Amino acid sequence: MEIFWVLFIPLLGGLLLAVFGTHRNAPELNSLMSFATLIASAVLTTRVISDGSFTAWNEQFFVDAFNVFLVALTAFVGFTTSLFSRPYMRIEQHHGKLSINMLRLYYSMYQLFTFTMLLALLTNNMGILWVAMEAATLTTVLLVSLYRTPASLEAAWKYFILCGVGIAQALFGTILLYFAAEKILGAGGTALLWTHLNEVKGQLEPTVLSLAFVFLLVGYGTKVGLAPLHNWLPDAHAEGPTPVSAVLSGLLLNVALYAVVRSKVLVDGALGTHFAGNLMMGFGQLSVVMAAFFLSRQKDVKRMFAYSSIEHMGLMTFAFGMGGAVATFAGLLHMTVHCLTKSAIFFAVGHAAQQSGTQLMDGIRGLIKTSPSVGWGLALGTLAILGMPPFGVFTSEFMILTTAMHAYPWTMPFLLIALGVAFASIFGQMQRMVFGETTGKRLPHPPALIPVFVHLALVLMLGLYIPPYLADWYRQAAALIG
Amino acid sequence: MPIPFSAQVINMCAALLLLIAFAMLSQRRVLSLINLFALQGLILAVSTTVVAYSSNQHHLYYSAALTLLLKAIVLPVILYKLIHKLDIRWDVETMFNIPTIMLVGLLLVVFSFNLAAPISQMAGTITKSTLGIAMATVLLSFLMMITRSKAVPQVIGFLAMENGLFFAATSATYGMPMVVEMGIALDVLIGMFILGIFFFQIRTAFDSLDLAHMEKLKED
Repeated sequence: MEIFWVLFIPLLGGLLLAVFGTHRNAPELNSLMSFATLIASAVLTTRVISDGSFTAWNEQFFVDAFNVFLVALTAFVGFTTSLFSRPYMRIEQHHGKLSINMLRLYYSMYQLFTFTMLLALLTNNMGILWVAMEAATLTTVLLVSLYRTPASLEAAWKYFILCGVGIAQALFGTILLYFAAEKILGAGGTALLWTHLNEVKGQLEPTVLSLAFVFLLVGYGTKVGLAPLHNWLPDAHAEGPTPVSAVLSGLLLNVALYAVVRSKVLVDGALGTHFAGNLMMGFGQLSVVMAAFFLSRQKDVKRMFAYSSIEHMGLMTFAFGMGGAVATFAGLLHMTVHCLTKSAIFFAVGHAAQQSGTQLMDGIRGLIKTSPSVGWGLALGTLAILGMPPFGVFTSEFMILTTAMHAYPWTMPFLLIALGVAFASIFGQMQRMVFGETTGKRLPHPPALIPVFVHLALVLMLGLYIPPYLADWYRQAAALIG
Repeated sequence: MPIPFSAQVINMCAALLLLIAFAMLSQRRVLSLINLFALQGLILAVSTTVVAYSSNQHHLYYSAALTLLLKAIVLPVILYKLIHKLDIRWDVETMFNIPTIMLVGLLLVVFSFNLAAPISQMAGTITKSTLGIAMATVLLSFLMMITRSKAVPQVIGFLAMENGLFFAATSATYGMPMVVEMGIALDVLIGMFILGIFFFQIRTAFDSLDLAHMEKLKED
């Protein structure tokens, strides 16, 4: 029943906002629906904490420690982003960039996008997982091209085609998975259910599964933004409206990585080797290195942070690839803190770009003078994402790097150099944007910065102290993933 | 042992699909491409029906009906309407090196037959020999998407790729579970609508559907 509400509320929200999206209070309705989703997912979470994992509706849905934590995170960031988008979209409308009908499209698609992500997380069926991932692309394509500028249309086209082709590979992987499963579980509805597959994973045909995993990794990896399939990501992040960049970076990438990790569990069980892990480590490391070097050459602030997302997703993929209790724990923690920090940065960057009238970093100066809260938000967020000590990103990166140092010492030079390059370039750019002579104007509506500081406070807390139930939760999830 | 009649029909359908994939690769007219796409959907529906009949898999009749409706009727009609409204019915794309593209296509077919060989041996379906063709169709559609610079042919390549994947699903496993197939069909349909909107937006912004105009977002 809890699952029903978690999925039904955003779906209903999408339909309601498609009808009432032009109303004056549509932003409030949007936030209200996101808040209701958050409540529903909180109820679901408490049930999983007290009762443990369970399935529902003929086993079509499935909740365990791993996905419920992502459901809670998705609902939370979905809610804070809806709070941020309220003044942000009003300012965009004030600047004449968006018409009222575009706003209706935005609100409606925002809710439907949340729905597809939650569906992808909660479904037990690997086929429906694919359908939901594809639907998540479809709902965001028109959001990326919301401004209808040539650059945004190009970005959306690239996003659609690259992710479409990528996800088609994942479909082929799913077909191969079904092919292997059908031999053991028999034809019909149950052969794609993850819980059933997980029980018989030792008997699945290893050659077919290894081929299936290659396709699944390439397919869902395109959506994670793994190099060399990351081309769509910086464009889509830079050209879409900022709330969309925040949810793409903070949530969609996590959900895609979730799909990869779920597949990895099955393949590991079938193969009994580290084949899947090695592939993920390779792709992850390539992404970290490549993103760091591209990042240093960016002029657009949102593009720069988009590359930083590629870097962090690469690091998480690397951590899950290494496997083992510590690395997986760190990977999960990194998923949480990166999601919170990156969305906070995008919120601050969005308002900074509105003040300066440009996304180019050369045009953004002296934020701390025009609007101290935006300036501090960006400065602290940047320090957090770069892995400076008291913040949670430091904890997770430290755990990932120390594990890698023991298990795979040869990866160290690549990872450390990449992190160093990323640090130097982002830190330098941040300093110039935050301090210096100001060029900005005041905003017509007061910016919404509560979400920024709530996110950063949470990240700070996770760096200093992980509550015991949360740590327990990560450990349980890590044990499931292995 | 002689091959049963139904298997022969399925093999012929598979051969036709491969032929169509090559025809699409070299077809320069947008209108003819849509015709080829509709034909591909029709053959897919026929072969699925034959598989359903010969293997007694009743759910495959539904997916054959779904294929016929969606891929042989609805999507081509939407595409016809689109190119009519966009006034690009008689568009001819300038493509260079068709012979080279065809040769690359041949190599892809050889590659996919090799890749599919170990899997087909494990498959117990009547259609197992066609898995290689299904993979070749997917790869050829992919090649078509890469070599085209206009929006509509790229999308047709994308849809043809989906057809190839569907064929792979029927030839390796007698089709995916019905829920999944319905979901995929829904996604394809919604995707088509969104693309329709998208074409008009691109045309308004660029005055053309030639994607060569889109060269702004590049890393320098």
